[in-house]
Amino acid sequence: MKQLMLGNEAVARGLYEAGCTFVSSYPGTPSTEITEAAAKYPEIYAEWAPNEKVAMEAAFGASLAGRRSFCGMKHVGLNVAADPLFTLSYTGVNGGMVIAVADDAGMHSSQNEQDSRHYAKAAKLPMLEPSDSQEALEFTRLAYELSETFDTPVLMKMCTRISHSQSVVEPGERAEAAPRPYEKNGSKYIMMPGNAKRRHPVVEKRLAEIADWAEHASVNRIEAGTDYKMGIITSSTSYQYVKEACGGVYPVLKLGMVWPLPEEKIRRFAGMVDLLVVVEELDGFIEEHCRNLGLACAGKNFFPAMDELSQNLVAAQLTQERRAGGKLDEVIPPRPPVMCAGCPHRGLFYTLKKNKLTVLGDIGCYTLGAVAPLEAMDSTLCMGASISGLHGFNKAGGREGEGRTVAVIGDSTFMHSGVTGMINVAYNESNSTVIILDNSITGMTGHQQNPTTGFNLKGDPCAKIDLESLCRAVGINRVRVVDPYDLAECDAAVKEELAAEEPSVIISRRPCALLKYVRHPGPIAANPDKCVGCKSCMKIGCPAISISEGKAVIDNTLCTGCGVCGQLCKFDALSGKKEA
Amino acid sequence: MAAKNIMIVGVGGQGTLLASKLLGRLLLGKGFDVKVSEVHGMSQRGGSVVTYVRWGEKVYSPIIDKGQADAILSFELLEAARWTEYLKPGGRLITNTQQINPMPVITGAAAYPENLEEKLRGLGIDLDAVDALSLAEEAGSSKAVNIVLLGRLSKWFDFTEAEWLEAIEQSVPPKFLEMNKKAFALGRAC
Repeated sequence: MKQLMLGNEAVARGLYEAGCTFVSSYPGTPSTEITEAAAKYPEIYAEWAPNEKVAMEAAFGASLAGRRSFCGMKHVGLNVAADPLFTLSYTGVNGGMVIAVADDAGMHSSQNEQDSRHYAKAAKLPMLEPSDSQEALEFTRLAYELSETFDTPVLMKMCTRISHSQSVVEPGERAEAAPRPYEKNGSKYIMMPGNAKRRHPVVEKRLAEIADWAEHASVNRIEAGTDYKMGIITSSTSYQYVKEACGGVYPVLKLGMVWPLPEEKIRRFAGMVDLLVVVEELDGFIEEHCRNLGLACAGKNFFPAMDELSQNLVAAQLTQERRAGGKLDEVIPPRPPVMCAGCPHRGLFYTLKKNKLTVLGDIGCYTLGAVAPLEAMDSTLCMGASISGLHGFNKAGGREGEGRTVAVIGDSTFMHSGVTGMINVAYNESNSTVIILDNSITGMTGHQQNPTTGFNLKGDPCAKIDLESLCRAVGINRVRVVDPYDLAECDAAVKEELAAEEPSVIISRRPCALLKYVRHPGPIAANPDKCVGCKSCMKIGCPAISISEGKAVIDNTLCTGCGVCGQLCKFDALSGKKEA
Repeated sequence: MAAKNIMIVGVGGQGTLLASKLLGRLLLGKGFDVKVSEVHGMSQRGGSVVTYVRWGEKVYSPIIDKGQADAILSFELLEAARWTEYLKPGGRLITNTQQINPMPVITGAAAYPENLEEKLRGLGIDLDAVDALSLAEEAGSSKAVNIVLLGRLSKWFDFTEAEWLEAIEQSVPPKFLEMNKKAFALGRAC
C-alpha cells in the first residue's frame, strides 16, 4: 500500500527490504531518522555509536562477518569517519555495506555546507543520489546489490530536502540476505603497505567497471524534451526543481549515480543539444567532470555554489520567469531559535557571561548560548573542538588566559570526541577548566540516547558511562558536579575551578527540560506590585519572560518554573507560583 | 491539474508538523501525488518554522517558492507577515491572531510591527484572521491551537467532517481526542 514517507524513513525501509541486519550510526541533522526508523524493524539490530568513525568501523565489522550492514551520518560526520572510509575502499566488503551521508545545503542545522560528492571521488567509491523517497528506497536496495557485485562499500547521498520531505512510497517485501561465510583473507583485509599496494589496482579496476555499469544503468536516464536548444544534466532535489520550472520542454539527463559518472552517456547527451547546462546544488562537481571531458557547458556561472537551489531560482535562469507575492513595507523582526524556557544550559551560560569569561564552545543546543542576550561563546568549530581548542589556547596564551577561559561541551559531544581532547589536557598538563553540560540526552537532533544516558537506541536499559569516573580515570583530579538551576553554586564552582592551578572539570547536570520524564514545578507568577521594571530578569534570554508596560510578565504556556529568573530579581517579584 | 500548494508556518513547538502530516495523509488517501517538506533540528527551538504541503497529479519540487502558495496557514501573526511573498496573487492567508514575541523583540532590539492584520489586508490579501488561542482554551487546552487552525483550514477542502475526524483520531493520543475534536469543531464553525 502506498504510504507517505520521509526520505530517511524510505532509506530505512530499503535497509529492511534489502535484508540488512546491522545498523550503527551517530545522530546528525538531517540524517538522524534513517537510524531511528531502522530501529523500529525487529529484524535489524540498530545502535547509536559514540561517533561516526566508530559507527563506520562497526558496520565494516558486520560486513566482514558476512552481514549486510549500514551506517548513516550527516556531511560533517563523514569527515569524522573519513579515515575508515578511504581504506574501506581498498578492503572492499564481505556482506554488502552501505553508507548514507546527508548534506545540509542552506545550513538549516549545520556549521558548514560541504558537498559530500567529493568524498566519493576522493575515496574512489560509487555514490547513489536519490531524488525522492521512492528512489531512496529503491536505491538503497540497489546499493546492496552493487556493493556485493563490485566488492565495495556504496555511498548514498541524501540532502535536507530529500531526507526531510515526505513523498509517496510503495513498499516491497523483505528479502533475507543469506549471511556470507567469513574467510580469513589477509591480503584483502589487512591493509599494510605490501597488501595495500596490491589492492590499489583492484580499486582502480573496480571504479572503471562501475563506470561501465553506470553507462547502461537505468538510474542514469535521459528524459526526452521538445526543445533541444538546451539540455540539462542534474540529480537529486535539483532534478525536481528543473522539472518544476521547465516541465518536459528541455531534455534532461537525470543522474542517479553521481560517482563514477557515465562518460559516454554524458557525451551522447551533450551531442543531442545545443547548450549543455548542469544544474546541481553546492559545488560544480558534475560540471567540472563535463569540462574535463572537453565539453562546453554552463553551470556555476548561472547558479550559486552556496545555499539551496529552488524552482524559482532555476526558472529565473532557464526560463526567465520570475514570481513573487506581495511584500509588506515593514521590518519583520527575525525569529531565531532560542534556548527553550527551563533549559538547564541557561543558568550556566548566565554565570559565564557574568564572569566575563572567554568560552570555547561546541556543537549542540548549547551553541545557542552564543546569541543575545547571553552571548557567552567565543568559538564553535566542530564536534569536540572546545576542549582541544581550550588546551591550545591556554598552552599558547599562558597565565593571562587560563584564569578566565573555559570550554563548554555537551554530554553526547563529549562522548563523541571530547574525551580525546580531555586526555590531551591531562596528558600535556594544561591548566584548563572544562564544563560538561550534561542534560542526559542528545538534544539538538531530537533526543537520542548516548553512552551517558543508560539507555540504548531501542530504549532498553544498558551500561551507563559515569562522566565523573571517566574524567578522573584520564587524569583529572578536580571533578565536581553543579546544578545549573542554582546560580550561586555555578558561580562559586566556576570561580574556584578557574583559580585552581591544575586541570578541572565541572559537570553541569540537569536533564533537558523537554524530556517527557522531567517534572516541572509549573509556571511562576510575576508580582506587578513588587516588580520595579529593572529588567534584571531579561539578562537570561528566557522566551517566557517579557516586559509589558514596564513590568515583567510570564508566559504561562512556556514557563516551567525553573526558578533561574527569580534568583536574579532583587525585589522578590518572581518567586510566586501561578494560582492553579 | 497543476499542483496545489499550502504552507504551514509558525513558531517551533506550536505543532505545525502534526497539521502537515495529517493533511498529507488525507490527500494521499484521495489518490493524489503528495509531498510534505519539513525542516527539523535547530530551527525547532522556538525559531520560525515552515512546512510545505503540495499535491496534484504529479508533484516534483518538495518545496513551495515565492508567489506559489494557494494558501498559507499561519500559527502566529508575525509569521503570517513574514511569508506573504510566498502567496500566489489571490491566495488565501489564514492566520492565528496570537502574537508571540521573538527574542529580538523581547530584548528590545526590534519592535513587533503594529496593526499587522490591517496592513496585510492592505496588500489585497484574502485574509482570514482567527483567535485560535482563545478557541483552543475554550476547547480545553492552549496546546490545541494547531487543531483549531486545522478546523479553520478544513473549510477550504472537500473532505467530509468524518474524514477529518478520522485523521485526527489517528494523530493524537486517545486521552486528548475529545478535546481535540472540540477544538476542530470550534475552528471549523467560526
